[in-house]
Amino acid sequence: MKKVNKFIKELLLLIAALFFLSPIYIIIVNSFKNRQELYENVLALPEEFSFQYYIEAMEKMNFLNALGNSLYITIVSVLIIVILSSMTAWMLARTDNKLSKIIFMVFIATMLIPFQTLMMPLMQFMSTITNTLHIPMINTREGLIFMHIGFSSSISVFLYHGFVKSIPITLEEAATIDGASKFGVFWRIIFPILKPITVTVMILNVINIWNDYLLPSLTLTDKGLRTIPLSTFYFFGEFTIQWNLAMAGLMLTIIPVVIFYILAQKHIIKGIGEGAVK
Amino acid sequence: MQSKNNKGWYLLFTAPLLLIFITVVVIPFIIGIYYSFFKWDGIAANPKVFVGFDNFIKLFGDTRFLESTWKTTLFTILAVISVNIVGLVFALLVTSKLRTSNAARTMVFMPYLIGGLILGYIWQFVFLDVFTLIGEVTGLENVFFNWLIDMDFALYALVFVFTWQMAGYIMIIYIAGIQSIPNDVMEASMIDGASWWQRLKNITFPLLMPAFTISLFLTLSSAFKIYDVNLSLTGGGPANSTEMFAMNIYNEIFGYGNYGYGQAKAIIFFFIVAGITLTQVYITKKREVEM
Repeated sequence: MKKVNKFIKELLLLIAALFFLSPIYIIIVNSFKNRQELYENVLALPEEFSFQYYIEAMEKMNFLNALGNSLYITIVSVLIIVILSSMTAWMLARTDNKLSKIIFMVFIATMLIPFQTLMMPLMQFMSTITNTLHIPMINTREGLIFMHIGFSSSISVFLYHGFVKSIPITLEEAATIDGASKFGVFWRIIFPILKPITVTVMILNVINIWNDYLLPSLTLTDKGLRTIPLSTFYFFGEFTIQWNLAMAGLMLTIIPVVIFYILAQKHIIKGIGEGAVK
Repeated sequence: MQSKNNKGWYLLFTAPLLLIFITVVVIPFIIGIYYSFFKWDGIAANPKVFVGFDNFIKLFGDTRFLESTWKTTLFTILAVISVNIVGLVFALLVTSKLRTSNAARTMVFMPYLIGGLILGYIWQFVFLDVFTLIGEVTGLENVFFNWLIDMDFALYALVFVFTWQMAGYIMIIYIAGIQSIPNDVMEASMIDGASWWQRLKNITFPLLMPAFTISLFLTLSSAFKIYDVNLSLTGGGPANSTEMFAMNIYNEIFGYGNYGYGQAKAIIFFFIVAGITLTQVYITKKREVEM
């Protein structure tokens, strides 16, 4: 009786999980079908596997270019976020004065501000900087990276701050007595200890920045600068209803995410869990 | 000397990030409050006219905005319930030591990584072609039809896709919560002859309160702020029936060019989001302490 029960549970779980992924199946099979085949039965397997629509979608989305932009923007943003927010959080946690407390409180409080509250004034302010100081903030990948860093700083500082508090201070004091500078103490002793939380910070920010649509859509206007979500959006605007082509395009955008997931699954699930719990 | 030196280090470590943070978040927030008191069409050459609190007063007579507020509230309630139930059920199944647990966890979490915009497009196709096909084959055309063209069902479609996106994420949080329940408590209750439901109700749920707090906080704020899925799945349609708060603000500012009025909405949006999340955290934290 107990065995049967367990078997049913196993089966239920598997079916539920497969149902969860079924839309992915639907995109895969239809990305290989021609128009007529697609409308005959959307659930059936394709009669032959031709990559024709993938090649076409790749060209129309300018996929490789968008992939390059997304990779560049995400990697550079995340690296700078890790460096700057870990330094800031360590300093704030280790300097026990009023200023540190106020700065930390401001970081926390701004986590409540939705992006829509900031988007218009942000764009106005960025164009002002572009026009008066001649620093190209708008319509450049570097400007977008700058803004991504700003938006990610609260959560990243918050996560690092919590972790630093759990590290015993005696370690740093010993190094300071030995004559190491703050810079040396941080990079040689503290930063390696921060590794687990660094992984969490990286994962959370990679997911957010990679998938972000609204901020890039407001800042990037040149076709050549489009990220993957942006090029997907314009692709759907121009070529809707040609669903087989659209499915191939969607598959292309999912592939990098799946690769990332396979490579870092353990870290992702752990990172997400820890990032949320803190 | 020592203290001067320390100040220098303090500046060196914190100033770069603070500069970026202030430029991107703090200053725009302040400018945003300023803009909300003006009537302006967003064109730099045109004058900004100071109108005081007029923009905020106007909100209460804006039927499209009020409709959007109501729809967003309804969506948020349904989405929070649905995401948390699905997430919790999967978490309970995955942690009951089944052989398929790992595979299931991997599959259920996958949609969260894909991103709202792309998920919306995927489901647009599913509703359009797969749902209609299932309806034709099974004869259940009242349930399986293109939800996106019906004013009520389009909202449910949004809840459905949002659940598909978030349930895996929430599941991970509940799994962490369930795994932190000490084993001996469970074993003791089993020896005492507690049924599955009694264990769930009297041990698992109360001990899961911290996980509930986090999950509610996350689903509540992300449901209320939904934009990407909204844009790609329904685009606000049919007939603006699924235009959520965030999209209404975007359209007001960048669609109709009412920069001042739109910004006033955005400020109200901030107060609502902050209010909801703070209240929710306060209430659930209090209950955690009591138990």
